[in-house]
Amino acid sequence: MDDPPVPACSPRAPAPAERRILMRALSDPILKVQNLTMRFGGLVAVNDLTFTAGRGDITALIGPNGAGKTTVFNCITGFYKPTTGRMALRHGTIDIDAYVERLTDTPNDHLKSADGSLYLLERMPDFQVSARAKVARTFQNIRLFSGMTVLENLMVAQHNPLMVASNWTIGGLLGFAGFRKREKAAIESAKYWLEKTKLIDRADDPAGELPYGDQRRLEIARAMCTEPVLLCLDEPAAGLNPRESLELNALLRSIRDDHGTSLLLIEHDMSVVMEISDHVVVLDYGTKISDGTPDQVKSDPRVIAAYLGAEDEAEVEKIEAEVGL
Amino acid sequence: MEVFVQQLINGVTLGAVYGLIAIGYTMVFGIIGMVNFAHGDVFMISAFVALICFMAVTALAGMTGGAVFLALLVALIVSMIVTSLFSWTIERVAYRKLRGSFRLAPLISAIGMSILLMNFVQVAQGARNKPIPPIMRDTISLFEKDGFVVAISYKQILIILVTAILLGIFWYVVQKTPLGRAQRACEQDQKMAALLGINVDRTIAVTFIMGAALAAVAGTMFLTYYGVVVFSDGFVPGVKAFTAAVLGGIGSLPGAVLGGMLIGLIETFWSAYFSIDYKDVAAFSILAIVLIFMPQGLLGKPEVEKV
Repeated sequence: MDDPPVPACSPRAPAPAERRILMRALSDPILKVQNLTMRFGGLVAVNDLTFTAGRGDITALIGPNGAGKTTVFNCITGFYKPTTGRMALRHGTIDIDAYVERLTDTPNDHLKSADGSLYLLERMPDFQVSARAKVARTFQNIRLFSGMTVLENLMVAQHNPLMVASNWTIGGLLGFAGFRKREKAAIESAKYWLEKTKLIDRADDPAGELPYGDQRRLEIARAMCTEPVLLCLDEPAAGLNPRESLELNALLRSIRDDHGTSLLLIEHDMSVVMEISDHVVVLDYGTKISDGTPDQVKSDPRVIAAYLGAEDEAEVEKIEAEVGL
Repeated sequence: MEVFVQQLINGVTLGAVYGLIAIGYTMVFGIIGMVNFAHGDVFMISAFVALICFMAVTALAGMTGGAVFLALLVALIVSMIVTSLFSWTIERVAYRKLRGSFRLAPLISAIGMSILLMNFVQVAQGARNKPIPPIMRDTISLFEKDGFVVAISYKQILIILVTAILLGIFWYVVQKTPLGRAQRACEQDQKMAALLGINVDRTIAVTFIMGAALAAVAGTMFLTYYGVVVFSDGFVPGVKAFTAAVLGGIGSLPGAVLGGMLIGLIETFWSAYFSIDYKDVAAFSILAIVLIFMPQGLLGKPEVEKV
């Protein structure tokens, strides 16, 4: 198993409250990434990465440009098949450590027990990561269905339950009552997220015509319409003005607190990271260099060195003195 | 005037058949960006399946009015099912593995499939025209002037009605059901659709099946209208329907129907007023002219390059 996430070289012991939060990654994990490696030819984009995301946590993945953060996301959401490594996601309280070895030895990609189910994401085809493991994501460069209306974007996200309710289109074509009821529920849920993201007035406009900030929020709303247990956000605050950024913080907190969805976040805007995340994992050149609460990570010399490009300890100390740490 | 109305009726009937085939081209192109050159031959196969069914049912039930109607209905349904299976299999064996390969690979594979189907039918059914007994020869006279009777035949009414009804159903499926939404989502961004839990491979397979089912309707109507079918019949109607799809704006459903109607009308009017030998030249020339001035077709969306 991975080390306790408190970095060894942390300059000070974490406060008890922080320790409690961090323990959630240990005591109630939702996602366990173990020894994840992704190679593109000779380039190692992610190197032997191990980390845990806790249920109900906002876990931030940070690091300088090109550190491999988006590659990690692409592996988790089935966009890439990792070269090696394991990504175990659980629903319910099934004991990950006890079952993951057993599941790995079988050819299956998931396992159900009385306490919940366990999924090995690296074994699942891309659409099943969303459909069965319930992992949703947004993109750094927005990928809405720009020709469809805002509402339709949210309806597409609810495709699977609607498809079942429509008896694979026959019921939908004949307008069966069961399908109409389910469709109404889907529209209600879409409306809920539109209100939450303040897009309700634009419901019937083509998604491509929305301003940039609205498109970002619509992507989050669409991801939430798949009812995920884990939501992966790739730079949700990129290009937002300070006010929009604050609203985003509130939205993400509400997703965590009111919907029980755990969040995994890539973000460059440190005000967002430090403000809302419970747990921060720092990558540099595809390798994990720090893992802990925001405060611990902020003062970790290796993190500072990675961001500021310092090579040796003495220089780090000099920089620390300069920035007043 | 009388000639005009009569040719209008004939042209719309022909256009309906082209439009039905064109939808198969346009849907497949929309969703995977590939021209399915085997689609014309799928249409030809559907006409053969309909012919076999029709002959079988009429052999058992005779050639009375009710029996002919029953035979046509059975032919239509069986042809839709068998043709869908053909199309599904073609997608499965010839295209799916090549998705994600370079762009020309599935195109060449499609041309290969087209040749394979054509030759398979030639070997299995023979190279001669296969006729069905003449059916539904009655016509309704609309009006008469100077001895010229403008008439619409029951066949034409049947073709136009069936086309209109099926287009309506098809449009409803694409616009209003979860399946259609998934198809439109895959059309725009397959990867994103997959990340929302949509089974992209299955959605593409269903698109092939829907296109083939409509081609089967066209094939049955074609057989009813002309009364004969031959192994090479997939080629010219297939190319015309593809032209119709491009003319209307490939990827656009209403465009495919509009394009089909236009090609059908141009052909019949050109034959009536100018020269029957040059009808194909006329249809394809109009295509060239439209594409020079409107490269995206009549109803296609212009591709906006994002900077």
